[in-house]
Amino acid sequence: MSGWKWLTQPQHPYTWGFVVRVLLKAALLFALVNVLYAALSPLDAIGRLSVYNWLVAGRVRLPYGEDPARAYNLSVDNIPTMFATHVISQPKADDEFRVILLGDSSTWGFLLPPDQTLSAFLNAQGLQLDDGRRLVFYNLGHPIMALMKDALLLEYAMQYQPDMVVWLVTAQSFPRSRQLEAPMVARNPARAAAFIRRYGLAYDTATLEAETDFMAQTIIGQRRPLADWLRLQLYGFMWDATGIDQYLPERYTLRQSDFEAGDVAWGEDFPQPQTLTVDDLAFDVLAAGHQVAGDVPLLLVNEPMFISAGENSDIRYNFFYPRWAYDQYRDLMTAQAEENGWHYVDLWRIIAPEAFTDSPVHMTPQGTEQLVQALAPHIMALLQGDSE
Amino acid sequence: MTLIHIAVFSTLALLYAVLVRGRGRAWALLAISVVAVYWLQPFVDVRYLDFAFPTATLLIAIGGWAATKPRDADTPSPIFTRDDLKTLIVVLGLVLAVAATRYLAPALRPTASRPPPIETVILGLALGLALIYGLARAIKGRQLVQAAIFAIIITFAIFKTDALASWLAALLRQNAGADPNLATPADLTWLGFSYIAFRILHTLRDRQTGQLPDLSLLEYLNYIIFFPALTAGPIDRAERFQEDHRALAAAAIFTPPRWVEGGGRIAVGLMKKFVIADSIALFALNGVNAHQAEGGALWLLLYAYTFRLFFDFSGYSDIAIGIGILFGIKLPENFDRPYLKNNLQSFWQSWHITLSNWARFYIYSPLTRALLRRKPRPSNAAIQFAGHMSTMLVIGLWHGVTWTFIIWGLWHGVGLFIHKMWSDRTRRWYNGLKDKPAQKRLWHGAGVVLTFHFVALGWVWFALPDAQTALSVFVKLFGGA
Repeated sequence: MSGWKWLTQPQHPYTWGFVVRVLLKAALLFALVNVLYAALSPLDAIGRLSVYNWLVAGRVRLPYGEDPARAYNLSVDNIPTMFATHVISQPKADDEFRVILLGDSSTWGFLLPPDQTLSAFLNAQGLQLDDGRRLVFYNLGHPIMALMKDALLLEYAMQYQPDMVVWLVTAQSFPRSRQLEAPMVARNPARAAAFIRRYGLAYDTATLEAETDFMAQTIIGQRRPLADWLRLQLYGFMWDATGIDQYLPERYTLRQSDFEAGDVAWGEDFPQPQTLTVDDLAFDVLAAGHQVAGDVPLLLVNEPMFISAGENSDIRYNFFYPRWAYDQYRDLMTAQAEENGWHYVDLWRIIAPEAFTDSPVHMTPQGTEQLVQALAPHIMALLQGDSE
Repeated sequence: MTLIHIAVFSTLALLYAVLVRGRGRAWALLAISVVAVYWLQPFVDVRYLDFAFPTATLLIAIGGWAATKPRDADTPSPIFTRDDLKTLIVVLGLVLAVAATRYLAPALRPTASRPPPIETVILGLALGLALIYGLARAIKGRQLVQAAIFAIIITFAIFKTDALASWLAALLRQNAGADPNLATPADLTWLGFSYIAFRILHTLRDRQTGQLPDLSLLEYLNYIIFFPALTAGPIDRAERFQEDHRALAAAAIFTPPRWVEGGGRIAVGLMKKFVIADSIALFALNGVNAHQAEGGALWLLLYAYTFRLFFDFSGYSDIAIGIGILFGIKLPENFDRPYLKNNLQSFWQSWHITLSNWARFYIYSPLTRALLRRKPRPSNAAIQFAGHMSTMLVIGLWHGVTWTFIIWGLWHGVGLFIHKMWSDRTRRWYNGLKDKPAQKRLWHGAGVVLTFHFVALGWVWFALPDAQTALSVFVKLFGGA
């Protein structure tokens, strides 16, 4: 076959010396490339290279997916990679008032198609400022419950010139133990450690720094994020072709309504009822988020949740929360907002129980629309108040 | 073949090249191939079936040899040499050794699940060999070959027809004490049977026409189950394989040219299959996204499928050829830049070449020769039409007895016929372009683009699970709703 002449008909006959030289050179080159890679740490720069917003349409929510083959989407943790795929990395229009939404899977829109998420319904409202600028909402929710993860996303998102931040939170994102365990935080150790140091947060960065050893910085150590980056680019073609970024099953298990008698634990951190203090919850991360936002108005929203009327619902609101814990969280949150002058709105029980799907915070499209009706006036009030 | 399989085969090649000498090489190939038949067989969700299929492969291969073995008119059974007997004993010993791994930890077994009890294996082997021996004695000469051809085709048809495969799977499930309602054709995933069947059919047919060389059982088995070519070909020819096989003992195996060529082919194959094809596969046309995408995007998915199929299949072929080279066997080429051909005939001379050649030898040529001899002789066009359609229909059916594969085969049959008619009528004009290189290049380029798109559109039938979906994709590709 003519196509293999380069291999079968060499200019000089192959010798063992040639074979050994090729293997040695290949090994040396491989080692050199790895050392160079570790020295340059180009993962963030590579992450910024993207087919999205160029060859294919940008994603309307951050990449996340547990079933890539059906969702045409996958979970990646490299923050530049995530943002490079998102429509927010497109230039801001002159008449655009850019609003970013931070939050968990509820904001991201778990079990909702891209056109029925909170940001999509808010955009459909066609909100405008008095000066004619259009409010354009960007979904920067991500299905992990940890405020630190939101804060890291917010810090990165500031380069895209947001004019407002709406940060939807729930108590499950607050326990201090969750903050460093969130995958996105653990897999961006240098960025997280720097954030913690920059804002003087009381978290032990030793575990994060242990992740930054030399091998972890080589191509070998970073083969997973590199492969994920490549796969995410390739899935971009399917996203563009189908508009699908999440596999939506026909059936799912409905959120739990009935609970065991005596089930009063709030996760593993709080197995028994106790008095919660400010130090038990990550209010310091919320404060850091406000520092990150600076002059950009930030609205904190206690997001709606499912309130059960089932068995033993007198001790638990839902699968996530025993009543003792959630009630204290709300009190603390209200007090902290007042003390720090944060803009805060508590929408915890505005949505009917039947508008929740598989978890206490995932809403149906109808539930999400209801939330938009409730939230939009608060956003406008804050902006009009600001402009006054 | 997975990366682990390829790594193990490459390591074995090194040991083989360094440690194995002379006639030991053929025996080493047999031993590796027999174990590989079991090792490469994927898990099957019916108890012991992933052991039974490889065992059946070996028994069918032995049966094929018995049917093709030349014999004297007065000798009722095949002439068994001492070497053949030795081969048989080695094969049976290896099968029992594989079966004995049922007593080892799962990680140490070469099989996908726990092998059946040794006594069951012995009984199965004894019954299988008795059946082969009995049939070989009971059926004489040509009839034995005909019966073997018939048996292979029937088995092939059952396994390639979803309804029949489901029915058989249900029967096997019931027999194994499992729920027959869960039976699917996937229960009958028989590694490499398509290739093995066509190799055996080639030997049987060549035996009928007197073209098959006399092969020892060792040569025959090594030809049929040569492990690099088990999963995705190529479909070698026995006489060509025999040449390499006989030269093995004296061949220089551990030489730089052989290792550079073999290693180079494997490296290129790995790149094609595991980097390019597997990446493109993420956005290649399939039964799900065919319903989700529209218009221009569908073209992208179709192009992706077109290239994915090439890189996947030709990558596998490169790996098989590379491993073969390391072991001293030069398998035939299977691809030669098919998407750069300027007509469909050239495409089929460069795509899955060994299957195309098989179909040409055993379908197209005999059929067209027979039609030419008919009185009254049909027109040339009719002969060409019948030849192309039948050949491509068989190639379609080889992939599976489904409407989509049948239509895909006929699609190419019609394409080849039209090309033939066109080239017959334009040959003189085309030859006249010799003095007009620019115009010739233009026509060549147009031919490449046209052929590529004809082939790519043909893949719509090939890629999708049913004709209705394929038809809807065609409509959407050309702007329909």
